[in-house]
Amino acid sequence: MIYLDNSATTHPHYEVLESFQKVADQYFANPSSVHRFGSEAERLLDRSRKQAAQLLSVDPQEVIFTSGGTEGNNMAIKGIALQHQNRGKHLVTTLIEHPSVMEAFKALETLGFEVTYINVDQNGKVNPEDIQQALRDDTILVSVMSVNNELGTIQPVQKIGELLKAYPKVFFHVDHVQGLGKIELSVKEWGIDLCTLSGHKIHGLKGTGALLMQKHVRVFPLLHGGSQEAEVRAGTENLPGTVAFVKALRLLHEDHKQKVNHLRRMRTILWEGLMLRDYCKINSPEDGAPHIINFSIPGYKPEVIIHALGEEGIFISTKSACSSKQPDVSAVLKACNLDYERTTSALRVSLSTTNEKDEIDLFLKKLDQTVENLQATMG
Amino acid sequence: MSIMNFDRIMIRYGEMALKGKNRRAFEQKLQSNIAIKLRKYPNTTIKKTQGRMFVLLNGEKPHEVMKECQEVFGIHSLSFAVMVEKEEEQMKEAVMLAFHDARNARTFKISSKRTDKTFPIPSQELNPLLGGHILRQTEDVKVDVHNPDVEIKVEVRHEGCYVTAQDYPGAGGLPVGTTGKSLLMLSGGIDSPVAGYLTMKRGVEIEAIHFHSPPYTSERAKQKVIDLAQALSKFGSRVKIHVIPFTAIQQKIHREMPEGYSMTIMRRMMMRISEQVAARNELLSITTGESLGQVASQTMESMNTINEVTNYPIIRPLVSMDKIEIIDISRKIGTYDISIRPFEDCCTVFVPKAPKTKPTRKNANYYESNSDFTRDIEKALEESYIVEVSPDRQSGQQDDEFDDLL
Repeated sequence: MIYLDNSATTHPHYEVLESFQKVADQYFANPSSVHRFGSEAERLLDRSRKQAAQLLSVDPQEVIFTSGGTEGNNMAIKGIALQHQNRGKHLVTTLIEHPSVMEAFKALETLGFEVTYINVDQNGKVNPEDIQQALRDDTILVSVMSVNNELGTIQPVQKIGELLKAYPKVFFHVDHVQGLGKIELSVKEWGIDLCTLSGHKIHGLKGTGALLMQKHVRVFPLLHGGSQEAEVRAGTENLPGTVAFVKALRLLHEDHKQKVNHLRRMRTILWEGLMLRDYCKINSPEDGAPHIINFSIPGYKPEVIIHALGEEGIFISTKSACSSKQPDVSAVLKACNLDYERTTSALRVSLSTTNEKDEIDLFLKKLDQTVENLQATMG
Repeated sequence: MSIMNFDRIMIRYGEMALKGKNRRAFEQKLQSNIAIKLRKYPNTTIKKTQGRMFVLLNGEKPHEVMKECQEVFGIHSLSFAVMVEKEEEQMKEAVMLAFHDARNARTFKISSKRTDKTFPIPSQELNPLLGGHILRQTEDVKVDVHNPDVEIKVEVRHEGCYVTAQDYPGAGGLPVGTTGKSLLMLSGGIDSPVAGYLTMKRGVEIEAIHFHSPPYTSERAKQKVIDLAQALSKFGSRVKIHVIPFTAIQQKIHREMPEGYSMTIMRRMMMRISEQVAARNELLSITTGESLGQVASQTMESMNTINEVTNYPIIRPLVSMDKIEIIDISRKIGTYDISIRPFEDCCTVFVPKAPKTKPTRKNANYYESNSDFTRDIEKALEESYIVEVSPDRQSGQQDDEFDDLL
């Protein structure tokens, strides 16, 4: 199997599964229970939070463990909107956000919030000045992703954070689900108030993740109940999942530079391979994140190519897995102003540090064969 | 073009510079304390020059390193700085960077110094040249040479031009480890960690003693104390906690001593044990979070009666402070949130209904003479054990297991 759909999800590391299994078995007590067994579970949870905080350069109380990216994004966006609506009801985001951001904003529009959706350039990049121009007296939130999940475009999050420092009333949320471990990001220095992370994109497990929330930030909780997670997210803690997430974070930080360099090398090999093929048009910007390449094969239905490659044990995707069930046009590519043919024929290859050169070579070979085979019927 | 950023932090030490002959030892201690604190940032290096120190960032994040340095005792103030080529454009960019470090500054002043006389622009001309650049790049910003919001220092030296930004306050005090060691009586409350912090501020290295009374006090109560000690260890490097099993003694006091005196006698027992632990570990004093008049038992009579059992110096940094001041400090040093966790400590378990607020030495001695506690104290000392914490570690087997899991 050659797995090249790592932006959708990744293969959990063996050590992560091992930790999950051990904690689920040996520390199954409820961390809120009074007895010693519960107190051990609580201590393990505290340790996990401290380690996560250290790896992410924030304070332990700024780490809220969640069930993943979708929850983190919803908690941040709806949480800020509902908590601070008396300061203003205007929100700002971009046209190329993940559905869990986009739909949260759409839902808020039905509650009377006003949302400005900022357009992007041809590479899918947002201009910080456009954000600044959209700000009003009643703006309370700006939400921009760090890396686009379809194109791999890196957004100028640092610049946006810097310019928002002059607007103390505006909270800044970054969906960092695709960026974690792939690009640098500093919550503290870049003025990011809330930052969404997910475990299963970094070889952790589904149903795990965190929202980083700086100390001064208050949100209206999505889940009310017990006083877990600083009363921001009620519900018995998912200790095995949390430990697994933090373990995945630690493994991510080991030899981090080498891993990113490896990813870059793999991406370059793939990039150069696709450039040589006349039937391919690369949609991703060259200076994008080191793990994503989006390209179109105009004239060919992407699903057909994916199925054909699937027969060979090679797995790639069209657009974001979360939007795949909707109509054919990629909203992200459309926002980049690409022509109809390209927006309906886009494919995404997303790499992990475990991918090797021979896999890329084989993928390119099989892609050629697939296109050749299909030419008769579709081309 | 890459964005210019600060490449070093300048560290000034106030009081320490006055220490004459001890100065070398103080400087060395400070340097090693900073180095321990910055272990998390392996690229940083520390350079000592003429009465101040520099942390060279070598690519580490400036604000994170600054935050760490601000917790090290013995530092009066700190500033970000950058070394650039002796070239006008770079110097202009550097003063802009330095100006922006002071958010909301509306007035500024540039103080230039030219030690490299081969540099063609004299300092009187450098000030308006660089200041003019800031004025052109900003709105509503003025020069104020008498009382500026921020003073930017420019020093043209042989090896390059140094530009230094606004001052950040340091933690003050003296480097931990330069003025001896003390034993801190650490309960789970708000006061004792603050007392430990203030003692450390004066350069004292602390070990802690904690009295644990299972099953009247829970594991979580002990954990609270370990976490408090760990929070304190951030200001030094590591803290040893001597955990004393105290259940048997408390039960005996409860059984054999009159109720009104049980609190006083319990504290006398604690003090006796503390003195022993201090003596065995070559700690020359005992530090407590005692204050006056805070609760009914904190009276001059009580202090007098408890203090009778030891002639070790007792450091009471909080004695003159109001509760509100103590809480302020505990919030600042990050112990407040731990202290308010709702677990019983050993002092709150056997609280008598009506403690004597005016105990006397005479009575305490009389009651104690009816029972012999010598064996009990020896036994508690024999069964005591040490938990050692550092900012990133708590000792004990379970932590090793946690390390594997995480």
